[in-house]
Amino acid sequence: MKKSSRLLPSLLSIILGASLLAGCGGGSTSDSGGQAGESGGSSGGGEIVAKIGVVSFLSGSGAAYGEAQKAGLELAQAELNKANEGKLKIELLFEDSGGKKESAINAVNKLINQDNVVAIIGPTLSGEMFAAGPIANEAETPIFGISNTAEGINDIGEYVFRNSLPESIAIPTAMKKAVDKLGLKTAAFIYAANDDFSVSGFQTMKKTAEELGLENLGESTFSIGDVDFSAQLTKVKELNPDALLISGLYKEGSMIVKKARELGIQSTIIGGNGFNNPKVFEIAGDAAEGLIVATPFSPEKQDEKVQAFVKAFEEKYGKKPDQFAAQAYDALYIMSQSLLQAGEADRNKLRDALAQLKDFNGVSGKLSFDENRNPIGEAVVVVAKGGKYVPFE
Amino acid sequence: MFWQQLVNGLTVGSTYSLIAIGYTLIFGVLGIINMAHGQIFIFGSLVGLVLITEADMPLGVAFLAAVVVSAILGLILEYTALRPLRKKNVPHLASLISTIGFAILVEEAMHKLFGADSRAVPVSLGSEMYDLGIVQVRGVDIIILAVSVVLMFVLHFWINRTKMGKAIRATAENNETASILGINTNMVIVTTVVIASALGGVAGCLIGLAYSALIPTMGLNLGFKGLAVLILGGVGSITGAMVCGIILGIAEVFSVAYGDSSYRDAVAFGLIILILLIRPQGLFGRKV
Repeated sequence: MKKSSRLLPSLLSIILGASLLAGCGGGSTSDSGGQAGESGGSSGGGEIVAKIGVVSFLSGSGAAYGEAQKAGLELAQAELNKANEGKLKIELLFEDSGGKKESAINAVNKLINQDNVVAIIGPTLSGEMFAAGPIANEAETPIFGISNTAEGINDIGEYVFRNSLPESIAIPTAMKKAVDKLGLKTAAFIYAANDDFSVSGFQTMKKTAEELGLENLGESTFSIGDVDFSAQLTKVKELNPDALLISGLYKEGSMIVKKARELGIQSTIIGGNGFNNPKVFEIAGDAAEGLIVATPFSPEKQDEKVQAFVKAFEEKYGKKPDQFAAQAYDALYIMSQSLLQAGEADRNKLRDALAQLKDFNGVSGKLSFDENRNPIGEAVVVVAKGGKYVPFE
Repeated sequence: MFWQQLVNGLTVGSTYSLIAIGYTLIFGVLGIINMAHGQIFIFGSLVGLVLITEADMPLGVAFLAAVVVSAILGLILEYTALRPLRKKNVPHLASLISTIGFAILVEEAMHKLFGADSRAVPVSLGSEMYDLGIVQVRGVDIIILAVSVVLMFVLHFWINRTKMGKAIRATAENNETASILGINTNMVIVTTVVIASALGGVAGCLIGLAYSALIPTMGLNLGFKGLAVLILGGVGSITGAMVCGIILGIAEVFSVAYGDSSYRDAVAFGLIILILLIRPQGLFGRKV
């Protein structure tokens, strides 16, 4: 045990060094990416060949989201390339961001300058989009968010699009309906403080609660990656609110729901967009019963298009699609429609075609863009019942 | 509420203790920190969990499988990442890095094999609540606490009272001298690594029960917490790992309950800095 005194300082300095490196990483990579370059793909012989880059959270803690998005995109790619044979061929280039802003920036730079893609789909997290979106915008390359629901995404620039319904539409819809039907008077909040998406969702919840006259009893926070929520929930139990509002991703969110019910919290639980995943039922089990969320996509929706998609997805991957897969699937359909309209794989023409999108009928509902390219769509309020989400009446 | 939060802290803390005991064992003998410990035991317990969910195995079998798989991973770690370096007599830092490499491999293997999602633990063992007046305790919390205390005593006895324990202590003292005196040090090291990893498997299962879910990425964070406990308690001290795990758990829960969740890790690692400044050998460590 003699070595111990010498080893410890070195270990600590390694940890310190690593954290310093991580801290510096953010700013160092954003200087290249000004050039517009000629845009990707070619249009020889009538068939448009379009290279589309995808930046997704494919490894690490949120890889489940990235996997779902990749699955949705690949399903759409296979279908589209078959349907549009001879007219349009879509190639997808996947880049893994690992959920990190620096990696997302690097991936976007690489796709634009090295791979010459005509457009980019992704990145997965709102925080990544805030970091990488300006680079694509600067390079006049359309970048299409499929899971960025935070406020202000479209303000990045006019090359930035998204088909994910902003939380500012989804959350108030769910809250209003719950307050109307259940007569809720008081509320407590819990949200992931280190995630842009969850914080933005929380702010929307808080604002809506004020508008609806819900009394705010208290706010607690947790961090992405946490597994123990007993301290926060013991506090919530003391407060005993009518409604517990959770803004987070489903991984932590469903564990919170489960733990809350275990502790005997009786409040109505209303969740943000992150809860929109069949996995919630696997993790929370019976505790999920009665959970209320607003969603753009529900695999239970009795719609021909939705059911065809669910069936094709289940056949290919052996599981039900979630909202992430659905919105990725829709995004590629929107891309192909706009590419065909643009007539060639040109970044600027594609942007203009995308901006004109109106009444696109996808698996996650009808979609149009307003003059600020904000998605206009409708949210369905659903409640968890018997292991799945059913419309909340 | 204070007492309930104390119970919460105790539960969280005893899982940290269980993890830290694994670190302490390996450090005591090899003088290295096994950065792959967290990943190894999460891998093991995920295998156990898959056996329950996919193959409908009873809890006992799954538990055993988790422990065995963790032990096997420990064995692989020893043969691929530790022994080759030890033979070449490279500085201790080299094996720290090789265990980090092993950790990354195991984590990515988990993503490939089990997916990145969190997996729910369907077993309801210990989820019943006991109302003790001012506090409510879950059965599983009591199990975790009991298991860590029992393991601590068993290990303490094993290291201090048995022949094998003597050999381990001799190897820890000085590898070469022990080997000259006729101790099969390689055997001792293999045994230690395997036992530490198997203990990790036990910890992983209990953690799965406590949090009702297992996530492949949990290993990293929990591993760091175990490391914090190791340094806090004094490297190589089993009692230190036990007591400081609980101290850290309580400190964390109180910082969340009466402060903010963002301070959770700050408290953990702030404590390390403080302890290292005041008592560089850790709370229970011996002066070198």
